[in-house]
Amino acid sequence: MALLEVEGLEARYGWTKVLHGIRFAVEDGGITTILGANGAGKTTTLRAVCGMVRATGDVRFDGQRIDGRATEDIVRLGIAHVPEGRGTFVQLSVEENLRLGAYARREPGALARDLARIYDHFPVLGERRRQIAGSLSGGEQQMLAVGRALMLRPRLLLLDEPSLGLAPLVAREIFRIVRAINRDERVGVLLVEQNVATALDLADHAYLLETGRVVVSGPSAELRRDDAIRRSYLGY
Amino acid sequence: MSRAQGWRRAIAPATIAIACALPFLLSNFRLFQFTQVGIYAIALLGLNILTGYNGQISLGHGAFYALGAYTTAIMIDKWNVAYGWTIPVAGLLCLAVGFLFGIPALRLEGLYLALATFALALAVPQILKYFEHWTGGSQGIVLSKPDPPRGLGLSPDQWLYFVTLGVVVVLFVLGANLLRGRTGRAIVAIRDNPIAAQAMGVNGALYKSLTFGVSAAYTGVAGALSALAIAFVAPDAFNVFLSITFLVGIVIGGLASISGAIFGALFIQFVPNWAQEISKAAPWAIYGIFLIVFMYVMPRGIAGSLRLAWTRLARVGGTGRTG
Repeated sequence: MALLEVEGLEARYGWTKVLHGIRFAVEDGGITTILGANGAGKTTTLRAVCGMVRATGDVRFDGQRIDGRATEDIVRLGIAHVPEGRGTFVQLSVEENLRLGAYARREPGALARDLARIYDHFPVLGERRRQIAGSLSGGEQQMLAVGRALMLRPRLLLLDEPSLGLAPLVAREIFRIVRAINRDERVGVLLVEQNVATALDLADHAYLLETGRVVVSGPSAELRRDDAIRRSYLGY
Repeated sequence: MSRAQGWRRAIAPATIAIACALPFLLSNFRLFQFTQVGIYAIALLGLNILTGYNGQISLGHGAFYALGAYTTAIMIDKWNVAYGWTIPVAGLLCLAVGFLFGIPALRLEGLYLALATFALALAVPQILKYFEHWTGGSQGIVLSKPDPPRGLGLSPDQWLYFVTLGVVVVLFVLGANLLRGRTGRAIVAIRDNPIAAQAMGVNGALYKSLTFGVSAAYTGVAGALSALAIAFVAPDAFNVFLSITFLVGIVIGGLASISGAIFGALFIQFVPNWAQEISKAAPWAIYGIFLIVFMYVMPRGIAGSLRLAWTRLARVGGTGRTG
């Protein structure tokens, strides 16, 4: 059984329909990527999964229906969301940001251990833990966003364009850590990306979204060979 | 613990010690002014929780101050309730009203919320006049100053000062605990990035209305104390200007700072008087100059500037954290 199964997902902003009944899945411990251009509905898809926008359709997490539930309930089930543009709490310290990541969990004893685990993954966050988060560089803030999401000890990580605005080396480092977390802790990942080549390398399954519809889907290896995708998104 | 941190911990007890000595050093009139500072400090902490920490701008907190003041005045005047009980009742009533006002306010952000609360501030004096039977209309309600307990040898002014000081200490300790823990982080997270806060599982709507309620409760308790201190309530004391003065107080004192509420209270209590002493003809022009100078010299408020100065001092002394 898949960790996340979505069917017939529709979402609208006011009168404008943004998602026209899409269908996708994330395997347990797998990485699925949703690709597409600006405005295709990628961010809306993530927000619909965790109840941040009004949506209809069938969303199952671990076999359990979660559509229509409040975001705070969905978070508590173990779905962590790294929002578009990192979502740094700029006036709080790095460590306070991380503590907020564990907000939905009620085991204060585990907090110190989890902080240590995050500083292990991201040593730079440990060095700067008392610094105001707004003073971090873009790459460090993205690491903070991923670390903060991991503080939930999630079973599924929703990543919204983690490479946006980062230098290629920094982006690669972030993807390397995501892969390590996915492998070592068996956290399922739903990755939204514009950087198609990297996303296809990382993911096992991929879906291409165009104006709110899935136009191509399949194992990443197949999509990488797909002529249309190669021409429009990979450029060779 | 470094020496700088040790000094820092000593600030609060030292301040309380000085505050306890004031009644025996100052004239009754000066002491009354400091009672007023304590009352303003509570109101400003309330507004700061809402505006500084949670990012909801209120131009109408004078309304909650009025509600607290009238709750106390009416309870004493109509029902002869012991004044001590009226203070928590005023706080709880404002908590409920603030929470309820916070629910429709969820739909408004930034300047739009400021305008909605401004409307509240505009309406309050007239509403108070309208319910004349309860409020005494334009004449207001005259109270007598509470008698100090026998045997303490305190004057009524000294007693009121200590009551106010006690409430200040309790509410500041409660406020600090609220703001420095998990709840405080959630309140600030909503201000810094509402979408990310929601993604962390923070129920933004609930928190924002609760914050509104707590903020109103603080300001209401301050209003209740002011009714006791002045021994008189009248509608025109709770005009729009009072609400604006509160906002001035938190910005000058320092947004999102607990000690900033005290600095802001000192400012709004004493600077208008100084302005009056400097120029009887144009005190508000002088006040305006003070405001502009403060904003230029201390763009992060008094508390923010002191913190910065302290950090630098600690670094120079070699006791602070480097890097």
